[in-house]
Amino acid sequence: MTSSKILPAMPLLAAGLVATPALAASVTITIPQVKVAEYHRPYVAGWLEPVGGGSARTVFVWYDVKKGGREPGTKWLADLRSWWRKGGNTMKLPANGVSGATRAPGSYTVPIPANLPAGQYVFKVEAARETGGRELVSVPFSVPAKGGSASGKTELGTITIR
Amino acid sequence: MRFRTVLIAAAAASSALATPAMAHRQWLLPSTTTLAGTSEYVTVDAAVSNDLFYPDHVALDPAAVKVWAPDGSEGKVENPSKGRYRGTFDVAIDKPGTWKIGMERSMIGGTFKLNGEQWRVGGRRPPMAPGAARPSGAAPAGAAPAGAAPARAPGAPGSAGGQAGGQPMRMVASVAEIPAGATEVKLTESLSTYAIYVSADAPTKGVLTPTGKGLEFDPVTHPDALVSDEEAQFRFLVDGKPAAGVKVTLVPGGKKYREAEHAQELTTGADGMVRVKWPVAGMYWMSATTEDAKPSDKRASARRMTFGSTLEVVAP
Repeated sequence: MTSSKILPAMPLLAAGLVATPALAASVTITIPQVKVAEYHRPYVAGWLEPVGGGSARTVFVWYDVKKGGREPGTKWLADLRSWWRKGGNTMKLPANGVSGATRAPGSYTVPIPANLPAGQYVFKVEAARETGGRELVSVPFSVPAKGGSASGKTELGTITIR
Repeated sequence: MRFRTVLIAAAAASSALATPAMAHRQWLLPSTTTLAGTSEYVTVDAAVSNDLFYPDHVALDPAAVKVWAPDGSEGKVENPSKGRYRGTFDVAIDKPGTWKIGMERSMIGGTFKLNGEQWRVGGRRPPMAPGAARPSGAAPAGAAPAGAAPARAPGAPGSAGGQAGGQPMRMVASVAEIPAGATEVKLTESLSTYAIYVSADAPTKGVLTPTGKGLEFDPVTHPDALVSDEEAQFRFLVDGKPAAGVKVTLVPGGKKYREAEHAQELTTGADGMVRVKWPVAGMYWMSATTEDAKPSDKRASARRMTFGSTLEVVAP
């Protein structure tokens, strides 16, 4: 149903046999451990915005996919308020290859779409945690691939584009 | 003393939007303006107060509220309740797009003279004090059928209010009740709209389509897509055309937790636009007012128009 293309970082490195063409970029997202009494895995969305304008493109969104009933997991997607405004509010979810379940603290690598026109982009990652905080991290990058890295302070760790 | 204050406030509740000088502000405060999915409710507070958004003065009656769904159909006010200081109600936001929730009001008010005495037209009638003297022939408050009044002999217009503070308050409810012998008729038409906007999923503009009548909000930046670090552009129209010189006041809520009100006073340019920079994220009260000499009733000389809203501005 929501067969996401998200792979843990380690196996991807192991699969380094494939010659990486210039466009096959990926983004690695770190969800930090937060030591609080009541912890819930954050909702996290990643999208890219062309610097010169144009519509945003959602690359992944992790939320409580399975929760249905009177208060479905989709109810809190609007808490990812920047992503919601930049495209989340027009998406049909679940979306194949884009939506997935929430992730435990750790690092996750997600491929960036290979068919991006050459140019300058900003990759944005937003995390919102129930009874917790919300954070937005922006990483500028360009196609053909020139990576970058930025770190969040509370809800997100290092975001790296390779 | 206290009683009088409340009376004035009640009048303010109905006509505050027509009289910008009046300090009391009418407001609706939605629990949110942005919802994911169409199985949610928004719950709304409704009140009149000086400080935003503290219901500490007069409740607004949810009975005056209408709901416009994104597809143009009428929505429903559910669980209405009017408390001491605050009205509340819920609206099921069960269709995708932007909903409008609010009040529209138009009235003609003013004064005239009859046999040397000053009379008021329109506004809310104060409650009749027990045993208060009425001019002979006057009907009990609220009972005068509009339209029947002009036929009545001068000196006995539709109705009269009670005595307050020893001063006679003479009043007719509407223009139709002004007797034929009235002189110095000074009337102003007041049009006021107060609306909030709530979006389920992507915002839409259907409920923001101008009707071409009176002062209207024609935002370039959608009211449900306001961000504190992005300038918002709002256009105002009068009778469908961009209106210059409209005074727009924006006040952030939560004054209790800061030193100043931080109100912004802006004026629309020739293109009818104001460009708004937000000092902080939060809920803002907005009131736009303008005046012209194009009332719908020939006997009125001026038209006052107000549009108000509560806007949610999110942090980036």
